[in-house]
Amino acid sequence: MDKIDSGLLESVADLHEIPAGAYNIRKNGEGFSRRSTANIEIVAKTDKPGIDIIVAPGTKNESVHIPVIITESGIDDLVYNDFYIGDDADVLIVAGCGIHNSGDEKSQHDGIHSFHIGKNARIKYVEKHYGEGDGKGERILNPVTVVEQDENSVCEMEMVQIKGVDSTVRDTKAHLAAGAKLIVTERLLTHGKQYARSDMDVYLDGEDASAQIISRSVAKDNSKQIFHPNAIGNARCRAHVQCDSIIMDDATVSSIPAITANSADAQIVHEAAIGRINNDQLIKLMTFGMNEEEAEEVIISGFLK
Amino acid sequence: MLKLENVSFTVDVDGSDLGIIDNITLEIPDNAFTVITGPNGGGKSTLARLIMGIEKPTSGKIYYNDIDITDMSVTERAKLGIGYAFQQPPRFKGLTVRRLLSLAAGSELPVDECCGYLTSVGLCSKDYLNREMDNSLSGGEAKRIEIATLMARKLGVAIFDEPEAGIDLWSFSMLVESFKAMSSGSHNSVIVISHQERIMQLADVMIVIADGKIRSIGSKDEIFPQLMGEFNENCGFRGKEGK
Ligand SMILES: Nc1ncnc2c1ncn2[C@@H]1O[C@H](COP(=O)(O)OP(=O)(O)O)[C@@H](O)[C@H]1O
Ligand SMILES: [Mg+2]
Repeated sequence: MDKIDSGLLESVADLHEIPAGAYNIRKNGEGFSRRSTANIEIVAKTDKPGIDIIVAPGTKNESVHIPVIITESGIDDLVYNDFYIGDDADVLIVAGCGIHNSGDEKSQHDGIHSFHIGKNARIKYVEKHYGEGDGKGERILNPVTVVEQDENSVCEMEMVQIKGVDSTVRDTKAHLAAGAKLIVTERLLTHGKQYARSDMDVYLDGEDASAQIISRSVAKDNSKQIFHPNAIGNARCRAHVQCDSIIMDDATVSSIPAITANSADAQIVHEAAIGRINNDQLIKLMTFGMNEEEAEEVIISGFLK
Repeated sequence: MLKLENVSFTVDVDGSDLGIIDNITLEIPDNAFTVITGPNGGGKSTLARLIMGIEKPTSGKIYYNDIDITDMSVTERAKLGIGYAFQQPPRFKGLTVRRLLSLAAGSELPVDECCGYLTSVGLCSKDYLNREMDNSLSGGEAKRIEIATLMARKLGVAIFDEPEAGIDLWSFSMLVESFKAMSSGSHNSVIVISHQERIMQLADVMIVIADGKIRSIGSKDEIFPQLMGEFNENCGFRGKEGK
């Protein structure tokens, strides 16, 4: 691993060295290194690019890291990662993609993730997107995530894209069985001419399923963002969708939260807000001795934390 | 010392000038506890905002320790040691109380120091350190955290705008004690805009502002009886005897 590799790994997976536990590092469209553990098996797919990650039932307090890094210009990487989480397991999954593009061709990574989460299992999934490099080549990420939650499982997903990705279209679908709980937090910052779109459909199929979808974003310069979360209640269930954006400069943000109830016992709420940074907030921080740019930075980083 | 010289502030309302502050000249001495009072809409908050630099006077000069600060920005005045706790503190999504206090102090504050400031405004610190300064806080809670941010700073002039608003009686007593300590402690000059008798009782100097002007200025023994007399005349309420 060279300096660019380790820099990217640190940005997307907080990794300073080879992680403890199971991991798979993918670089420039190929598997780079991999380790399974007694309870977590990672095997390469034979029919298409990608891996299966199989977590044994009852596995507790273990983690899987599956970062992807792209350091060459002109790579177009498509990968399928399928997670099979056994009943009663409790694991942390750290994914993420870092692109360093210093060439003039576009570099693209499309990760298709599917999660099969067993009964009473619990996962925390953290995914960071990051781009860098001074080439003219675009950095593009189009993740697709499909989640199937079995009874009483808990899935907590944190998706973060703060810097350097030119274009991203995110597509997320989740089905929740009885008692299952989904918590999705999206955090996004776009600048320059970046484009980001996120479509999300959450189906609450079982009795007492619940979902909480929170997206917070900041759009700067001429960037453009579109959010379209949809919560569909097919049984007695609870869901809360919240989109909250700070808009700056000449950016465009469009929030289209949707809620659908196919059962009279579904309780679904959505909230959406878009607005500038409030002037009083800036002034308050300036009375602490910050200048306007510093104050703005504090407000944005707090908002996206 | 803070000095205002013929300070006026007018705003444009539908094409005509509306006077908010009318030719105020004023000296606020160091090491003094100054209470500003007066009817709602009289211009007290505007005066504080002019001193902090949030508004710029239409005419007149403001000096701090003999430096002309009239054209200085809020940031520059803050660096000189002027601080202002807003009448209506803004909320911040994602900023914890601890982070806000640290930002005020200018460096990451240790937990026990944060707790000290929160306790002095009557908040049980453990419950609040990691709370966010967002809309989940009540008005009184936000107000007290705002006051605590000024306590976390080393200031030459600290201005508190109606600190009593929305605060329960128990916390209010705590706050009065803290102001008492402050008047003999960390800040050279404390200015409190207030309608509360118990805060007025701490005053070295009292200023009554009405209609954008200074109606009267003096020691509390001079001003307090006047105020009480006024209330009696205006609304027929009986004021307290012997004050
Ligand atoms: N920027 C402004 N534009 C218009 N009116 C203002 C402005 N600032 C203050 N005022 C008015 O000036 C008066 C004094 O306000 P303020 O200083 O807040 O009074 P106080 O704090 O004494 O209650 C009020 O009537 C208020 O509405
Ligand atoms: Mg006021």
